[in-house]
Amino acid sequence: MKTKSEPQVVRGTALDEADLKRGKIFLNSYAPALRYTWDTGEAMGRYLAELKNGRLIARSCRKCERVMIPPRMFCERCFRPTDDWVYVKATGTVNTFSLCYVSWDVRRLKQPEIPAVIEIDGASPGMGILHLVRKVALKDVHIGMRVAAVWKPAVQRTGSITDIAYWMPINRRSQSKVITK
Amino acid sequence: MTKFMRRALETPKELAWLAAKAALDSAEMKLDQIDGTVLGSAPDAFDGMHMKGEYLADGCGGWRKPYLRCYVGGGTGVYAIAQGWFQVASGLFDTALVVCEEKMSSCQPHPQAAFISIFDPFTEQPLKPNLLWIFALEQNRYMQTHGIALEEIARVSVKNKRNALDHPSAQLGAEITVKDVLASEVMAWPVHRLMVSPTSDGAAAVILAAGDVARRLTSKPVWIQGVGWCLDTAYWTNRDLYYPEYVEKAAWMAYRMAGVKEPRQEINIAEPYDPFAYKELHHLEGLQLAPKGQAPKLLADGVFDRDGDLPVTPSGGLLGVGNPIAAAGTMKICELFWQLRGEAGRRQVPGKPERGVAQAWGDLMQVGTVVVVGTAEPH
Amino acid sequence: MAGTQLRKSHIAKWRGEIPIESLYTAGIGGQRFFKALKEKGELVGTRCRPCHQVFVPSRQFCERCFAELTEEVRVQPDGVIKSFSYAYVDHIGRRLKQPVASALVQLEGATTVMLHRLLDVKDLSRLSIGSRVKAVIKPKGKRTGSILDIEGFRLVE
Repeated sequence: MKTKSEPQVVRGTALDEADLKRGKIFLNSYAPALRYTWDTGEAMGRYLAELKNGRLIARSCRKCERVMIPPRMFCERCFRPTDDWVYVKATGTVNTFSLCYVSWDVRRLKQPEIPAVIEIDGASPGMGILHLVRKVALKDVHIGMRVAAVWKPAVQRTGSITDIAYWMPINRRSQSKVITK
Repeated sequence: MTKFMRRALETPKELAWLAAKAALDSAEMKLDQIDGTVLGSAPDAFDGMHMKGEYLADGCGGWRKPYLRCYVGGGTGVYAIAQGWFQVASGLFDTALVVCEEKMSSCQPHPQAAFISIFDPFTEQPLKPNLLWIFALEQNRYMQTHGIALEEIARVSVKNKRNALDHPSAQLGAEITVKDVLASEVMAWPVHRLMVSPTSDGAAAVILAAGDVARRLTSKPVWIQGVGWCLDTAYWTNRDLYYPEYVEKAAWMAYRMAGVKEPRQEINIAEPYDPFAYKELHHLEGLQLAPKGQAPKLLADGVFDRDGDLPVTPSGGLLGVGNPIAAAGTMKICELFWQLRGEAGRRQVPGKPERGVAQAWGDLMQVGTVVVVGTAEPH
Repeated sequence: MAGTQLRKSHIAKWRGEIPIESLYTAGIGGQRFFKALKEKGELVGTRCRPCHQVFVPSRQFCERCFAELTEEVRVQPDGVIKSFSYAYVDHIGRRLKQPVASALVQLEGATTVMLHRLLDVKDLSRLSIGSRVKAVIKPKGKRTGSILDIEGFRLVE
């Protein structure tokens, strides 16, 4: 017995959109009700609570000498429980960014969103979080840009990462701003 | 392999069967000669079948056989080969049939919607991210760290789509230019549309056999010389994305097993995972086939062309053939199989390639899965 | 480290969803079955001779020997109950007003069973394995190419 060479004919039937329109393709649809209630756990529970208070908090691992954000109750490197809660600043440096013209549900956006990984001041080097940057000209966004969090007013904060509305470039005077209107 | 298509008429089970049957027919084997079956398939949410491993079993030849599903996101298609390899190398089975399948078109309004839940529910989902973000963020970091221009990245799309014109299963083979790529709409800067692989339906299958059995079945067995896999932290924002450490670790695991000490010299063909154009370059560096930051230059110099010193993605890859998530990785293994036997038709790389490496990637910039295959039997 | 009760100062829960809808094709086997059902009101299967099987609804391939199945077999709408049940709660545990009776029915000529509803079951005690049933197929105007083109199965007295 020996195996033959690559087949010249590969099978698979592309769905014909014309047949689909004419109702010749039999379809069935189902929308599963995939709704979840996630328990936050101790680390996230505190993180979100501190966000509501207008503060960012991290956890330290003394063995690895890391201050980690988002905080976690065990260190994934040395596998020990983490040691201390550490408040960090709401300022940071853009590690990387994108200008995204497509929304999460695949709609085209006129004005792009600017997602970025922001290394947080006070956490270990390279410790970034995902967030959105605004109030900057597209051509001015750059890796290494210094940014500060812009918080929602206290009454609008719910204990969510979106209690920070967005991040914007730091000028000499501003540290971390709160939206006043 | 089946054709890779935007939307298939076949059910997922039928797609799996088409690929599995094609593999059996090409080896002139019957299903009862298969001792164990492995399925690789990515999220249940795509095909819309909860516990789809169990549903797909019939199409994978799993009826009343030892059967196992494995899943590591996009890394599945290469990892499934490692999974099948264990079963044979352990001495438990003489033969194993490995099938990888994906039907993304079932997922409405778009498979993207299922991906929202890959992100952390507390720290990321409320920002309404989409998958383009993580690729774009990584591509930007890679480009910035090494000073790579978009033109250099665009060349990957040009090469792979052109290579795909010679692949019978290809969904998006095309003759395009760097200019075309850069003129295509910006999805999430720096990612342009022609740098992104499509969503697809399709399946691919491979038969593995123990040495003595393989030699009875064929005069030209292709040997699995090494397997490797590695997962990095899910805290992807705590990592510098410019370099895939997890691919390097997986690669060395496979190279060590294969006795490969200088990959750039000892690997004749590479099939790295190319869901986005820049990813092929990123992964080549992780695979130790180019120094950090140098892959774009080697590409521009023609080193990675089919007739170059190290052909890369002669199949046409995900960019050209298509990206039914798990099946895409297996497509790369199939390509190495045909190339090493001199049976790749118009895609055949010249010379007599003796050793190739296939690699897949997945999740939150996390998993590297690597398999080294060759014409020489390992000891 | 043991599990932890969350303190009041923590935010305990987060809600979200995965908003997808699945759109399934009937496939090669399914197209054959639903076309016959919709257009002719007939029930068809496919035969695998080496395995002595007739699969209803029709399938593209035999999972036992992996052969491609092209021999179509029309089966009559008469069959036998191989198992049955009546459900008093729905899929998420809510109480139903009327119990819903369903059965696995082996149609004459088929080697496989089909799941469907049992209709007009007034007296649950009259149901038994082995009871003869007949498929009630909707009139042509109401058929769409769905398993529900079969209204259900009715006991044959």
